[in-house]
Amino acid sequence: MAAPVSIQLEFGGGAELLFDGVKKHHVTLPSQSEPWDVKQLLVWIQRNLLKERPELFVQGDSVRPGILVLINDADWELMGELDYQLQDQDNVVFISTLHGG
Amino acid sequence: MAQDVCFLKAQLKEKEKEISALKNKLAQLEKTHTSVLELQDRVTPLTPLTAKAALSNEDIMRYSRQLLLPELGVQGQLNLSKTSVLVVGCGGLGCPLAQYLAAAGIGRVGLLDYDEVELSNLHRQVLHGEENVGQAKALSAAHAVKRLNAAVECIPYHLQLSPENALQLIQQHLDLADLIYDIVADCSDNVPTRYLVNDACVLSGKPLVSASALRMEGQLTVYNYCGGPCYRCLYPVPPPPETVTNCSDGGVLGVVPGVMGCFQALEVLKIASGRGSSCSQQLMIFDAQDARFRSIKLRPKKAGCAVCGENPSVTQLEDYEAFCGSAATDKCRKLNLLSRDQRISVQDYKFITVNQEPHLLLDVRPPVEVDICHLPFSLNIPLSSLEEKKSEHIQLLQERIRELKQQMAGDCWPPVYVICKLGNDSQKAVQVLEKMSGSDLDSITVKDISGGLMAWAVKIDPTFPQY
Ligand SMILES: [Zn+2]
Repeated sequence: MAAPVSIQLEFGGGAELLFDGVKKHHVTLPSQSEPWDVKQLLVWIQRNLLKERPELFVQGDSVRPGILVLINDADWELMGELDYQLQDQDNVVFISTLHGG
Repeated sequence: MAQDVCFLKAQLKEKEKEISALKNKLAQLEKTHTSVLELQDRVTPLTPLTAKAALSNEDIMRYSRQLLLPELGVQGQLNLSKTSVLVVGCGGLGCPLAQYLAAAGIGRVGLLDYDEVELSNLHRQVLHGEENVGQAKALSAAHAVKRLNAAVECIPYHLQLSPENALQLIQQHLDLADLIYDIVADCSDNVPTRYLVNDACVLSGKPLVSASALRMEGQLTVYNYCGGPCYRCLYPVPPPPETVTNCSDGGVLGVVPGVMGCFQALEVLKIASGRGSSCSQQLMIFDAQDARFRSIKLRPKKAGCAVCGENPSVTQLEDYEAFCGSAATDKCRKLNLLSRDQRISVQDYKFITVNQEPHLLLDVRPPVEVDICHLPFSLNIPLSSLEEKKSEHIQLLQERIRELKQQMAGDCWPPVYVICKLGNDSQKAVQVLEKMSGSDLDSITVKDISGGLMAWAVKIDPTFPQY
């Protein structure tokens, strides 16, 4: 069994509006047989934090186009994207891209 | 009486003559005045900028405080004077950007915008003044820039950037000896233009200093620079149109694009002077609420990128509005979700109020907009509360409907008319309410008021505020 993982989730660029306008969420992912990865985190967010209109956040098993995922201040692509295994105290940011000027 | 009418008519004719004479005079004057600043409505050939051999005494005095910086120095200043920058969009980002580029002594700025100055622009688009309302933004910005630094060559383009004109504008000929703009700054306000500008920069090999702002946040990246990624490397697929918010919907605090536009100016000046930008493969995020800048390391250039990759599928500019599924403007889209019998016009609603027909007016805008203005007797329940079926709000709605029913004769239910700012959210609300009707709510007739409060202000009550 892998121990529970405490992480900080942040939403920005308007993505926080899907979460009652709250930008920072400290969450603890429960203990499970295998380690938590980002793919599972997205499912957990959908079940536990995102109540309405999931299509504005996810598409298939990933985030929708126009949302950038950052893990510990780096583009998630540098970290393995959906397969990245979450560590205790990780910081995961979901930023909606802005287009206004 | 007839005599008075005759006299007034004659007088009016006289005045009209005077007005037309004055207009002619003004047109003449403006013509001579704008000989330096001619508004371009199409792409015209430009001569390449020539490098200055040395700074004049006036240059030295004017730029002395920045010449003292070893990071710039005389060579850096000379480099600025031979650099031309295309500013795409003369709005909240483009204004401060153009201002600082001109102040620092950039050689040439192309100022591109298809829009005219509106009163609601002035809180953030700081180059335009009250007297410029109605004027082409590109020209208004160019005048302001010229006033600041007459040595800067300024070319206002009153046109929409398109797949047809973009490369011509940036590059003129596909001959690299004839580069017209050295750096492009994306200060636009919509998704299709952002892809268009990116592809044009990749195809012509120009660095792209891109920023955006909304509400209390800003973002900045330098694309296609020093081997770094392009916009498409990061965002290969455009966002679904319904997830994109513009400034006229979401709002923006003027100083936020101000900060981001200044940041863009900084990166442009670093590239132009020869120092180079450190924002390639880097995303700067500005959170005005928390007063925090954050720098994110981005992915490198993608080998599989559709435009800058090893086997690009985009080798010429394409139809970006089709690609993104949205128009290249930040004006609001008009939704059409309902059938004709589910909607009434503002004239119909006026008739209903005049006849005092019993009904419930439901305003589904967020409270912050209801604070700006609202119709009396409306009940405010935001669309988001309806979508989430917030119980206290559904209960409130139910109570109001039942109260009204009691005042009505017979066994009929009062109709519910839904209103919002422009008539988009009200249609969504009708759909939500129809689903609830008969289950979460009593069986009700719901219709939306087409065009919303802004149509009410234009067509029914000119004293009603517009925002
Ligand atoms: Zn690319």
